[in-house]
Parts: sequence; C-alpha cells; structure tokens
Amino acid sequence: MERTRKRYRGPARHARGAVALALLASGLAACGGSGGTPTLRWYINPDDGGQAKLAASCSAASGGRYKIETSVLPTDATQQREQLVRRLAAKDGGLDIMSLDPVFVPEAADAGFLRPFPASEAGQFTQGVFPAAVQSSTWKGRLVAAPFWANTQILWYRKSVAQKAGVNPNAPDFTWDKMIDAALRTNTTVGVQGNKYEGYMVWVNALVESAGGHVMTQVEKGSDASIDIDSPAGKAAATIISKLARSKAASPSLSTDDEEKARSLLNGSRGGFMVNWGYIWRAENGDAKDGVIDKSIPGDLGWAPYPGVNAGQKGKPPFGGIELGIGNFGKYKDTLAVDAVKCITSAENQKKYMIDSGNPAARPEVFSDPEVVKEFPMAGLIRDSIDAAAPRPLTPYYTDVSGAIQSRWHPPASVNPDTTPHKTDVFIHQVLRDQALL
Amino acid sequence: MTAVESAPAARAKGRPEISDRGRSERRLGLLLSAPAVVVMLLVTAYPLVNAVYLSLFSYRLTAPDDKRFVGLGNYATALTDPLFWQDVLTTFAVTLVTVAIELVIGFGFALVMHKVVFGKRTVRTAILLPYGIVTVISAFAWRFAFDLDSGFVNHWFGLGDYAWFSGRWSSLTVIILSEIWKTTPFVSLLLLAGLAQVPGELSEAATVDGATAWQRLRRVTIPNMKAAIMVAVLFRTLDAWRIFDNVFVMTKGQQNTETLSFLTYRQTITRTAIGLGDAVGVLLFLSVVLIAAVFIKGFRVDLSQVRGDR
Repeated sequence: MERTRKRYRGPARHARGAVALALLASGLAACGGSGGTPTLRWYINPDDGGQAKLAASCSAASGGRYKIETSVLPTDATQQREQLVRRLAAKDGGLDIMSLDPVFVPEAADAGFLRPFPASEAGQFTQGVFPAAVQSSTWKGRLVAAPFWANTQILWYRKSVAQKAGVNPNAPDFTWDKMIDAALRTNTTVGVQGNKYEGYMVWVNALVESAGGHVMTQVEKGSDASIDIDSPAGKAAATIISKLARSKAASPSLSTDDEEKARSLLNGSRGGFMVNWGYIWRAENGDAKDGVIDKSIPGDLGWAPYPGVNAGQKGKPPFGGIELGIGNFGKYKDTLAVDAVKCITSAENQKKYMIDSGNPAARPEVFSDPEVVKEFPMAGLIRDSIDAAAPRPLTPYYTDVSGAIQSRWHPPASVNPDTTPHKTDVFIHQVLRDQALL
Repeated sequence: MTAVESAPAARAKGRPEISDRGRSERRLGLLLSAPAVVVMLLVTAYPLVNAVYLSLFSYRLTAPDDKRFVGLGNYATALTDPLFWQDVLTTFAVTLVTVAIELVIGFGFALVMHKVVFGKRTVRTAILLPYGIVTVISAFAWRFAFDLDSGFVNHWFGLGDYAWFSGRWSSLTVIILSEIWKTTPFVSLLLLAGLAQVPGELSEAATVDGATAWQRLRRVTIPNMKAAIMVAVLFRTLDAWRIFDNVFVMTKGQQNTETLSFLTYRQTITRTAIGLGDAVGVLLFLSVVLIAAVFIKGFRVDLSQVRGDR
C-alpha cells in the first residue's frame, strides 16, 4: 500500500486506496464480531418495526445467551420467497430464522430447507393456535414451522352506502351477488385485488372455497396432485369474477389493483365495499389523523364477515399471516434458534406484536384481551374469520399453481365461467409436468 | 468488445500483404488482449456451458431429487408454447419501434450537437442527461407519471381515469416511450461520432454544385456515415432485444407485456424450474447471436469503422 501511494500520487489513487481499506476493515469487522454473544439472523418481511422490537426484547430476555439480528426481505411475498429459496438452495448457514408466508412452507419443507420440530417441541407451538395456522405449518405430518401471526380478510364497507342501498352486510345471507348489485344501485364500487399477483390468487381461492370446492387436493402427491378447479365451485367463482369485472361496480383499474389501490378506491367518491386484510383499520385511522383522507371516513367504516358465494352457505375467508421457520443449515438450529422462536411466538409477544403492528395473533386467546379489544373494535370478527378461514393449496408446487391460475384468470374481465376453469385445470397439469411455460 | 478489437485482422476483402512489422504488431495485440479473453471465458463461457447442460434436464431447485434427463424436451416445450411466441412478438415489437424511432430522433439530436455554435457543452449535456439515469429509476419515474393515483399525464391531457397499465398496447406504449427517452442519447452519441467522420469538403463541394440541404444530407452525409448508423442500429437492437428492467418495474410482465428476458427470469428465478428456464435462456442467447450475425454478415457492418480507422 505504501509503495503504491508513493509511485502514483493522485486523488483517484487515494480514493481507491481508501475504498480498499474501508472494504478490508468492514470485512474484518464482520469476521471478528461474533466473539461474544452468538448471533441469530432472522429474515423478516417488512413491517413497521414490530419484528425488530420483538428481536430486541427476546435478545434481552435471553440474558445474553443469544442476540437476534433482523434482515428485511422484499415487500412482495413472491420476491420474499425468491430470496429465501436462493439462500436456502445454496445451504446458507447464516439463515437461522425466517418469516415465511404460509403458502411457501410446504415447498421449503419438501426441499429439506426447514428444520422440523420434534413432537416434544411441537406441542407448545400448536396448542391454543388457530387450526388453519397449524395446518399451514405442517408438512407430511410434521410441524415444520411455528405459527407467529395469522391474517384474514373481512368485508369493509361505507355504512352510508350500505344504508342507501338498503342492505345489511352483516346478514348471514349477504353474498357477492347482493354486494355487486348494491354497489350498482348506488353507483359505487366493490374493491378487490385484481392485479396479476398473489393477492388475486387469494381472492380466487377464497371464492372457490366459499362455493364449497377446492383448487386442488391430495397435495402430498406433489406434481401428481388432483386438480379440482374444473368443478361447480370453480364455475361459481368465475361467474362472480366476470360479473364484477364487467360491471360498473368494478374499479377502473381493477386489473392492476392491489390492497392499497382497493383501499384508496374505498376512500374515493365512489367507495362502497371492499374485501381486504385487517390492517385497514389502522391505516384508515392513521390517514384520517394525518389529513390524507377525510376525517369522517373512519366513522363511516363498517365491517362484516367475508361474503358468501351461495345464499345459505357461509363464506370462507382467505388465510394469511406468517409462520416462523428455522433454517436447516444454521449453526444453532437445534438450540438457540428454537429458544428464540419460542420467545417470539409466546402469547404475550403475539399480543405485543398485534398491538404494535396491527397484525392479528395466531392464538385466539389474544383476541379477548381488553387492550386488544380497545385497539381493534372488530377483534371478535377477525378471530371468528381466522377460525373459519380456508388456506390456499398447501403444495410444494404452490408458486406454479398460483402462477397458472393468475395466468388463466387474468385480467378479471377475461374470465369466462364456461371455459376458464377447464382451461386452468389442463394448464396446471401441463405446468406441473414441465410441458408448458408459465 | 473483443469482437471490435479483432475485426481489422479479419477483414476479408482486398487484404494487403502483411509486413513483418504488421505481423509483430498483431502478435503484440493478441498478447495484450489475452488476459481479457481469459477472464471473458471464465465469466461467460462457463455459465453458458453450464446453462446448456442444465437445459437438458427437468430440474427444480426445490426438488433436487426429482432431476431427470429429458434431452431436448425443454426446447420442444418452449418452442411449441404459445407464451414463448407471444413473448417473441412483444420483444420484437418493442425492439422494432424503439430502434426505428430512436434512430430518427437520435439523428436529429446528433445533427444539433454537431452543428450547434454556442452553448455546445450545455446542449450536449442536456441531450445526454437521460442516458446518465439508471434505467430502474427512469422506469419508476415513467410508471409514476402514468399511474392513476400519482400520475400527471392523464391530468395534462384530460384523459380522466384512463388506466395505462391495464391494457397490453397501452402498457407497451409507456414502456417504449420510457425506453426511447432513456436510450436515444446513446444512439445520438454513436451517430455524432459518425457525423464527425464525414469530411467537410464533400458537403462544401456539393453546395458549390448547387445541392440543397436535403440533398446534401441524403446523398452526401448519410452514405458517408452508413457504417456508424449500422453500428448504432446493431448495438441498440441487441440492447432492446434483451429489455428487462422497464417491463419489470412498470408491469411485472402483466397484460402480456412480458419479454424474452423476463420469461427466462420467471422460469429460472421465480419458478426455480432451472431446466426449462435455461432452455429459454439458451434460445434467447441464440437469437442474440443470430441478430449479430445477420447484421455483421448480412449487412456487412464493419465494427472497426466505428473507430474511424478506414
């Protein structure tokens, strides 16, 4: 380094030398940092800092046995999976804990990326936890992830609009048909997620499940699973989507709408109804406080169970949330990582996280906590909805199945109840067998 | 870049007798470029060979145990799939329109930069500015400009709530506009180099003979810079053919706006269908080679001309 500097004196050389030194120093620091407390790396989906707070409080509670550091994954669920799969396929030993979308659990488990919990540990993660969350964390009879928080969609509506249309969204026979007709009568809209992304699959699956069917069954057969979307339930789902998409009750940008676009539609002059996750309550109140939306909107906001498809048959709301997986290649996978996951998913921390971030707990008991009820007046409805929720197909080929459905059902206005379900059925089979591109 | 460097040696027609000095210069040239060639082989040849090998398997990253040899099956799947051809069409449309428009606008810019008398540096900087912006950033800027919520374009032109990104061709229009805005400066830079090579006397002589400005442009300037034009078209065609970032940021491939690079990305990275994805990747590579070959052999583009050593 000295000799180089003497021979070439110039600002550029100095700058390069400085960069090299800085890189070297940071490299050394990275190597030398693990001298004291063992560090666990937790890959989290972006939130408002709630998971980072839990990491800090669990680190403190461990009494210096471990320290959890968080790394933030991309916003979009599909891209979160992409990054995790790439790391895990390369056997990344620095991935101790990960926040996994429930639909990606089977794939990671089937590829041997997740450390399964032995029966002796499993009980504390599954007792007093929503059935859909446990089902989504289990692969081939073994618990492979710990339910952390659970999510579901409910129906959000403007009370003034429902009144004007003369409907009661909380009535047990309130269906998608009635909702679309009510929006048409009042020249308002029904907000949904119609963009070509996972959110659209959430809607399609919820409709198929609500109509009493399934997208696929016998998932443990992998690429030979039974595809069941070509059924009366699939047709019923397609009928609703095509009816809404081709009507005036659809958002003008339906085919690109995500959760936030649907929310701004509800806040707009033609806002009427919307299916969306539980975060809406917080977001609407925050925006009203900041003056982003009219102050009167939160007071006009009503909520009701996810609408049904057939009268007399309750709707099955979508299931979401986050499960915590332990990386199968980490140094502390059988020891400290398990302790950390126990700490993060305790009922107390789930409640803290729910109040902090607005994301519902995976344990029903949290919802009757007075503090939670005060923060979320609809806590009871969310609990009952998660209890009734139907997961999306739990298959290791989930990305392909979801992608195939998005490909054949998008844009929503192109859905044809007579042909779309059948075409989708054929296409999923081809995609699973590498006989078609996706 | 090695192709550019070694092209003079490969010139076929009218090759003069090589002197001893010429021979030793050539040897020195090969020697000097050898390290670069070795590095190129390491970083491009190995992944390429590996991709060709993997494309012969049905193989998923998340199901490594189910890997099985399928020969050319993946290629057959890709080439018989309507999605592949739809993406070829999209890529072709984007390439054709952008290159054609960029060539015209870029030529205009090159003339302005060439002829401008005062404020030369300011004019050149202003024209080249978009090229200095990272594509992802410019893609976001264009996306937000045409977005229903944050956009100002609809407001300016009184388009109400016209959703640009809800249709195939309207999305492609925005993608193409952004692409043109971003890379026209590159074309104009290459054309400026060509303009600078046209000897001034020719134009002067034509003026003396009574040629109009249009005639001088068509009969003197353009024929004399044909090489620079072809190089600009070749570079931009290869570039546009591999378009990815604009599509990724603006539509994520929705509304049938997916291009060939995007298709490869989705099969390989998103679906982790390594075998099928690599087959598409190899097909994309072959199409790039084909375009380059057609230009160099078919249109006789001499890459050495871009350096001005005729």
